[in-house]
Amino acid sequence: MHTAAQPLNKDKVVTQQHALQDPIWVRWGLIAIAISFISLFICVPLGLVIFQAFSKGLQAYWSALSNTDTLSAIKLTLLVAVITVPLNTLFGVVSAWAITRFEFKGKSFLTTLIDIPFSVSPVISGFIFVLLFGAEGWFGKILVEHDIKIIFAAPGIILATLFITFPFVARQLIPLMQEMGNQEEEAALSLGASGWKTFFSVTLPNIKWALLYGVLLCNARAMGEFGAVSVVSGHIRGMTNTLPLHVEVSYNDYDVVSAFASASILAALAIVTLILKTALEWKQANR
Amino acid sequence: MSILLSDISKNFGTFAALNHINLDVPEGELVALLGPSGCGKTTLLRIIAGLEHTDKGRVIINGQDKTEQTVSQRGIGFVFQHYALFRHMTVFENVAFGLRVKPRKDRPSNDVIAKKVHSLLELVQLDWLHNRYPDQLSGGQRQRIALARALAVEPSVLLLDEPFGALDASVRKDLRQWLRNLHHELHVTSIFVTHDQEEAMEVASRVVVLNHGQIEQQGSPSDIYDHPANAFVSKFIGQTNIFDLDEHDNDWLQTAGLLQPSQQGKIAHVRPHDIIIKKTDNHHTAPATLKDWQHLGALIRIELVKNESNGSDAPVFAEMPNDQFKQLELTKGDKVKLKIRQAHWFH
Repeated sequence: MHTAAQPLNKDKVVTQQHALQDPIWVRWGLIAIAISFISLFICVPLGLVIFQAFSKGLQAYWSALSNTDTLSAIKLTLLVAVITVPLNTLFGVVSAWAITRFEFKGKSFLTTLIDIPFSVSPVISGFIFVLLFGAEGWFGKILVEHDIKIIFAAPGIILATLFITFPFVARQLIPLMQEMGNQEEEAALSLGASGWKTFFSVTLPNIKWALLYGVLLCNARAMGEFGAVSVVSGHIRGMTNTLPLHVEVSYNDYDVVSAFASASILAALAIVTLILKTALEWKQANR
Repeated sequence: MSILLSDISKNFGTFAALNHINLDVPEGELVALLGPSGCGKTTLLRIIAGLEHTDKGRVIINGQDKTEQTVSQRGIGFVFQHYALFRHMTVFENVAFGLRVKPRKDRPSNDVIAKKVHSLLELVQLDWLHNRYPDQLSGGQRQRIALARALAVEPSVLLLDEPFGALDASVRKDLRQWLRNLHHELHVTSIFVTHDQEEAMEVASRVVVLNHGQIEQQGSPSDIYDHPANAFVSKFIGQTNIFDLDEHDNDWLQTAGLLQPSQQGKIAHVRPHDIIIKKTDNHHTAPATLKDWQHLGALIRIELVKNESNGSDAPVFAEMPNDQFKQLELTKGDKVKLKIRQAHWFH
């Protein structure tokens, strides 16, 4: 038994050493491919955005940003984020709580439903809202009668963004809360704490980093969403253009500086998000 | 305070977890709910705590019907198998939690809280750890903190769900002793759940044996060991040899000195220490072959083989003190004679 096993073990050790020590040309080759790929597809475009934004000087960059259309796009983008992010944070916590703490029929169905915005093309998501609230849509007549504008107006953009960014917070919380179990909450209740007290003093501190992480991703998507918003917005300058839409419209008008100046704001947002995300991940790992 | 459970039933879907449980725990007792996994013991404990609802029956603590009250209203202390300490709070804050969440009019001042927490931490001998976080503690320390936290609210009853289940053997042994001493000191009515019969016998003043959602037997540890009410209890509490009375076994048992009391059943349960091994031949001893033995500290566990009429071998286990076994000077394969002192008979 032993004599038969030994040569096998030896073989294993030898192959492991090989696996860890690839020839130098393989190692450096792979590293070079990775670096050049990242440079070509991420650093160069990012650099180009900044280069183009400042191509006509700081003055032109500044006036492109302070032009009324750009300002209104920034305002609309912030408005959308300010409304959708808190709402989806709340929805995310509620649905994660329901899914991880209660047993009910259709629970796995609900879990699947939460993922739908991830799996459906954003354009289709936007289109759903047009079908619902557009002039020819299901609720179109009633809305027109009462003079309520949803499609080609801010409410439609907010609804589409709500839909698109729904999963981010819930998706962060569900696995964490499943792993934590509910014993700490049961312990708090057995010690006489009320439900609210238990949530705020036991649950929330335990999920706060994952929650912040989810909020961050939700915010990045809410500000950067293009597809769904593009369908419902109608691209009315100074009215229903968010920043990503403003980039497209400006570019189509050959207003390169304005397009890239707006893009640079979005790029800066992405970089800040990335830094915060890394910091939060680090925080979570070193808690 | 006393706990009275009357006619408790609980179903999970079609599975009957608890079936008409009636249990009376007098004030100041330390009771073990003992049973194999899935017998409903944890469910019963959670029902007493209010962490689970009963389908039927009442939970009465100290004469008051608590069935409709939520867990936070019942004033019980609950200790979880995996401690369930608040991981983002220090040891001190964990123990203080129950006092801090009291409604404003009942809440003690910070000084009183600090005094109380430190005295509880001294009770569990861990005051020196008061500013650590739970993940900096060992399992045994965490469970003692969990106990201090449960005691902080001066619970009417203390409920412990497999309190030593997640600890390693030596720590478990220490904590059992410690829990029993603590109970002597505090006299708070306590129920703990365990699947370990040795733990139940060692710690509890009363043992309740559960199986398939029903109480099989309850009584003092010695009662249950010496007079098991049925075959399940006899098999579950301690080791036992089981002889099914076909003709051959009947003869063999008679030569071993055991006469079958006719009306009491056809299955004999014999404790290993009720089997006496003899080397010399004697009319009233049954033949067997020595197969192997293991040291269990002061005792030796002896594996014997009894030859069946159909040619196969049936194992028999015996136990005797170390020195007695040495005097017999036996080696593997020796033919020996067995005498059985007593047996429990079941149908």
